[in-house]
Amino acid sequence: MATVSAAPKRKVSRFNRFDNPWLNPYLLTGVVLILIILLGALIGRVAWDSNLALVGSSPLKQPPVGFSHTTLRGTSVGTWEHPLGTDGDGRDMLAVMIVGAPRTLAIGFIAAAAGMAIGILLGFMAGFMGGRVDDIIRIASDTTITIPSILVLIVIQSVIPVNLIGMALLISAFAWPGPTRLIRGQVLSMRESGYVKMARISGASTFDIMFREMMPNLIPYLAASFIGNMQGSILAAIGLEVLGLGPQRVPTLGKSIYWSVQLSGLSQGLWWWWGFPALILVVIFVGLLLINLGLDEVSNPRLRRKVE
Amino acid sequence: MKGITLDYFIRRLGVFVLTVWIAATLIYIIPRVAPGDPIAAMVSRMSQQAGYIENSDKIIEGWRKRFGLDDPWYVQYGRYLRNLVTFDFGYSLATFPTTVREIVVRAMPWTIGLLSISTALFFVIGNLLGALLAWKKTPAFVKVLIPASMVFTSVPSLLAGLMLLYFFAFQLDWFPSLGAYGRGITPGWNWPFIKSAIWHSILPAASIVVVTFGYWTLGMRGMMITVEGEDYMTLAQAKGLRPFYTLYRYMIRNAILPQITALALTLGTLVGGQVLVEYIFSYQGMGNAIFTAIRNQDYPVIQGTSYILILTTALAVFIMDMLYPLIDPRISHEGS
Amino acid sequence: MSSQANETTQKDWSKAKSVLKVRDLRIHYDTPKGAVIAVAGISFNLYEGETLGLVGESGCGKSTTAYGILQLIQPPGHIVGGEIQLDDRNLMGLSEREFRRLRWTKLALIPQGAMNSLNPTMKVHQQIADVITTHEGRQPKEKMRKRILELFKTVGLPARIYDMYPHELSGGMKQRVCIAMGIALNPSVVIADESTSALDVVVQRVVAQTLLKVKEMLGVAMIMIGHDMGLMAQMVDRIAVMYAGKIVEIASVQSLFKEPMHPYSQVLIESIPSLKEKKPLKITEGITHDPRNPPPGCIFQLRCPFVMEKCKTQEPPLRELKPRQEVACHLYEVSETGEVKNVAASA
Repeated sequence: MATVSAAPKRKVSRFNRFDNPWLNPYLLTGVVLILIILLGALIGRVAWDSNLALVGSSPLKQPPVGFSHTTLRGTSVGTWEHPLGTDGDGRDMLAVMIVGAPRTLAIGFIAAAAGMAIGILLGFMAGFMGGRVDDIIRIASDTTITIPSILVLIVIQSVIPVNLIGMALLISAFAWPGPTRLIRGQVLSMRESGYVKMARISGASTFDIMFREMMPNLIPYLAASFIGNMQGSILAAIGLEVLGLGPQRVPTLGKSIYWSVQLSGLSQGLWWWWGFPALILVVIFVGLLLINLGLDEVSNPRLRRKVE
Repeated sequence: MKGITLDYFIRRLGVFVLTVWIAATLIYIIPRVAPGDPIAAMVSRMSQQAGYIENSDKIIEGWRKRFGLDDPWYVQYGRYLRNLVTFDFGYSLATFPTTVREIVVRAMPWTIGLLSISTALFFVIGNLLGALLAWKKTPAFVKVLIPASMVFTSVPSLLAGLMLLYFFAFQLDWFPSLGAYGRGITPGWNWPFIKSAIWHSILPAASIVVVTFGYWTLGMRGMMITVEGEDYMTLAQAKGLRPFYTLYRYMIRNAILPQITALALTLGTLVGGQVLVEYIFSYQGMGNAIFTAIRNQDYPVIQGTSYILILTTALAVFIMDMLYPLIDPRISHEGS
Repeated sequence: MSSQANETTQKDWSKAKSVLKVRDLRIHYDTPKGAVIAVAGISFNLYEGETLGLVGESGCGKSTTAYGILQLIQPPGHIVGGEIQLDDRNLMGLSEREFRRLRWTKLALIPQGAMNSLNPTMKVHQQIADVITTHEGRQPKEKMRKRILELFKTVGLPARIYDMYPHELSGGMKQRVCIAMGIALNPSVVIADESTSALDVVVQRVVAQTLLKVKEMLGVAMIMIGHDMGLMAQMVDRIAVMYAGKIVEIASVQSLFKEPMHPYSQVLIESIPSLKEKKPLKITEGITHDPRNPPPGCIFQLRCPFVMEKCKTQEPPLRELKPRQEVACHLYEVSETGEVKNVAASA
């Protein structure tokens, strides 16, 4: 009579790698990608002349180093003077990247931070106060979340001029429902859980319960929500810039794409004009996505057992 | 099947009205409370483009009157809301005497068509792949291929559009680079037009689908894993049901429900992405209309088209809310 | 200690044919820190028409055993070894497809229906119909309807729930739907997993009676899993007491309740709440050894009030100390004449 053979030996190392969930490969790779962008911009500020990001500071339509570009007027070859080439208005692309990339991240960060601050406040208010307050906050967040925010922003920004901070704050007007819903839900479920009740019985104040007992558990969720908001906010900012809105005089990644589309950079084959800004943005978005996937594994252990 | 309760209907209708009202009011209030005079700003931007404008003070004065900006705020706000409800957005400034309504009527079908096709595609593809990724019986090579297909996930659709446009339209010349149908073709129910319209919609739809389906794949995978842990899955296995039947009737059927709710919540973001993709491809939908209006400082068109898109999105969410009880038998009970 | 128990009322199971044989079943759960031994080599027979109760505290491996028989163990759990025979057919060698055909037609499960065992997006009758269609092929709609309503009647369900969804039913109704489903194909063996534990007391009674009635009607062999000794006493013929993945005693209900031999069985029986007297709780809850690394010798040594030196080194085998009462304990010695002696009592 046959007996079942033992299942194939499982590698124990697979588990060890996840002993500290915060050290998962997604999260680390994502953080590294974002750091590369930030460090690159920081080094660039020192090592490169950011005035070259201004119109007319450089020759027009120069290709990047190692490439050549042929038009009816002749062939131009990339030089180390402008390693990433120049755009149709005579901006050095490297300088535009150095100036534009941190701006993009800054908008995302400011908008997400403001949205998070509002969200934490409203979420805790809704969860703890309940009743009317809860109803109003819940309905407001449920409705705001379905509004196509970029359209509202388009209408507003086509009327009033904004600077970078103004744009970020306007975007944050749509970045609060996510964290609000998240915190409200968590507060409601945690209020019922044992340790918060215990803390309450033992006489801890509401404030103490919020920040000492509940915050640590909320951190991976909040971080994920924050990153999600950064994605959304950067997307909104880029969208507005690409449509020709947003801060007018400062070079940004979105503005670069706007000009390249407007001045037919695509049909002329000037790929570096829109390609480098797009590349930086793709790296930023992939980085943020990886961070979010990583955070997902931190807060949802069931996902850690991966497909083999 | 239990019908939709009146209470449920009224609550959802309330949310619909509230959504539109909040959006409309934000559009109205923020420019007015923000520092700076919007009209002055508009004129100064015009002068930026046109060089010097004579009598700019008079223009400002004239516009203030035109927009009734000297009336008390509640009169202005009331008039604004009334115009929205009656879809009266006035004339386009740039292409007078075209009305905003005419522009919307011309552009809207393209936007709705493109959006429905791309939404259907990424939702079906995304959820199917997510289901396969989580299913135990999926062949291993498929489970390797699916994550590989998701490399573009999280790239904004506008960037995907740029790349697709550059490679497949300008470099390879496989697809048209602009418009929703070929020049010289009369729109109507004829084959050359339909063919051309489909041909023109492939790249714009693709730029939305390739970057979006991955989110739904990941979401579906998560939901499938959750469903797999449910007691009814154990029973389904114990019953010896066929694996494929179990997959669609027990797993997908239950895992898809939160995905549909999520779709309603992301509809707004989707519409935003679509606007930008239309702009990149000069696809003559609402997005392109909005962009043209921005370039022309055509404020009535910007406001009218945006408002209609917001209204349509809210309406779509409302319709989904109404249809949801049909697929989730528990929902009409939840409220009561 | 004598063994003059009056066992005339008891059916002689040893003469009955065994439907299900389990031999040395071992199930492990992989964890980062090593395998948790959930079922540590258990063996028993299930006889035709018999109801066997599997009891023990939570975590003792009783449910894992049942799900192991049904091959429903989910990773990281897996069957490490052992043998399961159904009607003299070895189940372990079967392919997945072969085993799937056997499911429900031979081996059915009655889960904790009050929980989420029913698919929330399917009407009650569809969930019974799908198992019938799968194993018997498509059938005329009217015939199927009749058959399902007949099943409802058997378990005391009203016909009006036919078109209802699970969330519209009470816990007791859901449990009875599960019973109806379990007997739909007339299986050889039914495994009932804590079928009454999530219900309130009154409903518990009703469901238990339904189970008994169905069992009488069909004469099906049944394994009942539970921790409520009082309820078990009324429902089953034999009881297997499990502790930390092992069967420590397996005996007829009468023998076990009258004279539990294993110290753990004694604790379990004494812990049945009685209306007349309040007994102090004898034992702390929970298994005290590391389930990944059980101590050598007896599995119960850390909690046993009678623990001896021998218990720490030698594992006691399951021996038939009295007719149809098998016990795994060093406390008892069988003399050459066949007499059973309690070592602790005589010392």
